[in-house]
Amino acid sequence: MNAEVMHRIQFAFTVTFHYLFPQLTMGLALLIVVMKTVALRTGDEHWNQAARFWARIFGINFVFGVVTGIPMEFEFGTNWAQFSRMTGGVIGQPLAMEGTFSFFLESAFLGLFLYGEKRLSRVWHWLSAVLVFLGSWLSGYFIIVTDAWMQHPVAYQINARGQFEITSFVGLLTNPWAILQYMHNMCGAVITGAFVMAATGALYLLEDRWHRFARIYLRVGVIAGVLASIAIIFPTGDLHGKYLARHQPASIAAMEGLFHSEKGAGLVLMGQPDENTGQIDNPIVVNSVLSFLIYGTTKAEVTGLDAFPRDQWPTTLPLLFYAYHIMAGLGTYFAAVMMVAAFLLWRDKLWTSRWMLWALLLSFPLPYIANTAGWMTAEIGRQPWLVYGLMRTGLGFSATVSASNTLFTLLGFMGMYALLAILFVVLIYREISMGPTPVSSTQNALAH
Amino acid sequence: MGVLWFWLVGCMIVAYVVLDGFDLGTGILHLYVARNEGERRMVVQSIGPVWDGNEVWLLAGGGTLYFAFPWLYASAFSGFYLPLMMVLWLLMVRGITLELRNHIELGVWRALLDGLFGLSSTLLTIFLGAALANVIRGVPLQADGYFFLPLWTNWQPGMHPGVLDWYTVLGGLLACAALAMHGALWLSVKTTGAVESRAIRSVPVLWGAVVALTLLSVPATMMVQPATLVNYNRFPITYIIPFGVALCLGGALIFHRKGRVLKAFGCSSGYLALMLVGACWGLFPTLLPATTGADRSIRLEDAISSPYTLHVGLLWWIFGIGLAALYFSISYWMFRGKVRSDSMHG
Ligand code: HDD
Ligand code: HEM
Ligand code: HEM
Repeated sequence: MNAEVMHRIQFAFTVTFHYLFPQLTMGLALLIVVMKTVALRTGDEHWNQAARFWARIFGINFVFGVVTGIPMEFEFGTNWAQFSRMTGGVIGQPLAMEGTFSFFLESAFLGLFLYGEKRLSRVWHWLSAVLVFLGSWLSGYFIIVTDAWMQHPVAYQINARGQFEITSFVGLLTNPWAILQYMHNMCGAVITGAFVMAATGALYLLEDRWHRFARIYLRVGVIAGVLASIAIIFPTGDLHGKYLARHQPASIAAMEGLFHSEKGAGLVLMGQPDENTGQIDNPIVVNSVLSFLIYGTTKAEVTGLDAFPRDQWPTTLPLLFYAYHIMAGLGTYFAAVMMVAAFLLWRDKLWTSRWMLWALLLSFPLPYIANTAGWMTAEIGRQPWLVYGLMRTGLGFSATVSASNTLFTLLGFMGMYALLAILFVVLIYREISMGPTPVSSTQNALAH
Repeated sequence: MGVLWFWLVGCMIVAYVVLDGFDLGTGILHLYVARNEGERRMVVQSIGPVWDGNEVWLLAGGGTLYFAFPWLYASAFSGFYLPLMMVLWLLMVRGITLELRNHIELGVWRALLDGLFGLSSTLLTIFLGAALANVIRGVPLQADGYFFLPLWTNWQPGMHPGVLDWYTVLGGLLACAALAMHGALWLSVKTTGAVESRAIRSVPVLWGAVVALTLLSVPATMMVQPATLVNYNRFPITYIIPFGVALCLGGALIFHRKGRVLKAFGCSSGYLALMLVGACWGLFPTLLPATTGADRSIRLEDAISSPYTLHVGLLWWIFGIGLAALYFSISYWMFRGKVRSDSMHG
């Protein structure tokens, strides 16, 4: 294996694992604020108690997000040295801002939120939840600005040393790509939070425990879930796709499996792309829909892969195709499930519809899959570019770090993350089976 | 502008060492000062609400280094590849073991977590000290500005050293002792009862170790990297830095004897800060000296980002760090005083 491939695998593995945690962090942060707000406004202690349970889960999840996030910050330098040297003046900026503006905010107030309920007044405790939420959502924005610049470089110039530097700070932060990507991605995070919360509520009802809390979780989860599941398709997914078609045409052609440019191109729902023959095997196609989705008319011509030289096709094309279809397929499913659940909630039938509770319970892993598949779409679609159109992936990695050293650390990460994953599952399982126990905190401390 | 950023990054490193230093030091002493479950919980609570924020200084400092000195970041991080990865693994072990002991009841597991927490904290301080010593000693930079260091070669600092040689190991031990003392003073401020008295008793011993190792490290540094004295001799007034170091060390012991623990803690913070400032000043304006010839060293003007980047950077940096200082004040104020057992967590 050559060094480039090893560096890519290690980065992809570690970032994919990392993002399993922040998506729940960001999603739950919002839902916890919702619960704390209801508690504050109605004075109903149940909502506080309900929030306290999720704060515990949040705390565990956050730690895993932190420890898996720290390597990401280092890996730009350790594994992508040449890239860092070339682009540091641009994307070092949002990364450093993420640290100064969001991680400080988040970590300081999370300490207060988790440890300080007894010392803070109700309003202050609510405020610390809001600030944690703000910190985590800001951090998502900065990281997406970073990624968006790699996808769609704006506001830059190349200086005398051949490095990229920014020409407009505001331009960097308001990259239209970043804004679209952010909105879409945050909907994805809320979906994860909502499904996890609704699934927990469903579990408790099916187990016939904690009815009061189960209903709170179902209500919050389903309402947030239905809103986010719709918003992730329309407008955010739709807009993102349209923008992509204009700025990364090769990438969208590969995602859709469109090998030849076509007028009135059809949408491939399923199939297996074959790079060598340039065909989709076993296709299920809906005529003209792709043209319509991208250009708003069924007649428009969509550029296919044949318009691009072979060395500009995304590498690992079939994976890209599948990742994209998994994301979009699951997106459709989420919207459907959540709309039915919301309908039942509105008719007050959700609590007794066991089939729906089962469906919600079993769906909780799917948003993780969809979010991961979405990022794979974005990142593989960007290939073979590290900075789209400007810098090839093969020129960015750390040439002094050999493939064997990278394999060594990759194996280390795999071992470490396998342990972390087991530990995480055990801990979350424990919290969920203990449930939102209404013990006083002195008893709580004794239980430790 | 470049000079300013050099010192700003320096300040962030100082903030990291002083703040995360006490929770690392607490980790080193954890097994010694706390013998039963109640005591262990007290120790963990003394750092629980703040350690993550302290660690963010490392991330924010790293990020700032990345955008202000991209070349340095690229070269150093890829060159120190293996030790950095180990630091990452240790940081993970430490974060997980510290947070999760609250969520696990079984005694055996807790003992394991406590052991790993102590071990990873100790190793981290040694790695951090060794890292700093590596930067002072220099690395075998090639003509293209990159290098790669094996973990060890023949344990001698020379043209082609490893990450570990006698000099960097000395640096590691010094860091370990200094942060352990820093942690002991923190514990004397924050805890009560048996933990407090054990922490207090450990201070003089650690203090002795710090003094001995500091005295050793001065001639060693001059031997390994004679260039560190150039700046001092050019501006003799800056000998005030080593003088301050000595003063802080002395102060730490005196205040400790008098039972003025907070002041003693302040002195040890001052000691750490001045040691780092002294090292930065010794290097300036070199960022990373080369063992392969001074002309290959990475210097400030080679590595600095463009003026526009640095200008906008400065605007948000001042604002952001101001905010961070505010959060830190709020958070430390809320958790001021001795650890109380009423905190609700987990
Ligand atoms: C729960 C998660 C989830 C769901 C259900 C969807 N997405 Fe998505 N999608 C993401 C989660 C995601 C993501 C993880 O958030 C990505 C990766 C990068 C990004 O910014 O968002 C993403 C990226 C992404 C991209 C950009 C790919 C690139 O940049 O190359 C497009 C065009 C879409 N999505 C389109 C859709 C459409 C049309 C969906 C409708 C069904 C959809 N997504 C559902
Ligand atoms: C959390 C979500 C993310 C996931 C799941 C993800 C996934 C991936 C995957 C699968 C690859 C490998 C692509 C390939 O080599 O074919 C990759 C590469 C990469 N991604 Fe991401 N990514 C995420 C976020 C980010 C962000 C936010 C950034 C930038 C700040 C980023 C920067 C990179 C870089 C530098 C590479 C390596 C170079 C390359 O192969 O293009 N990623 N990522
Ligand atoms: C290459 C990409 C990435 C890097 C360098 C990175 C870096 C980090 C670091 C260092 C932390 C720990 C912060 C702390 O100590 O408090 C962290 C946590 C976090 N990251 Fe990432 N991250 C990456 C990808 C992402 C992506 C794609 C997102 C979301 C869109 C994200 C969102 C978060 C959030 C919300 C947190 C805080 C919550 C948590 O820790 O669970 N990160 N990240």
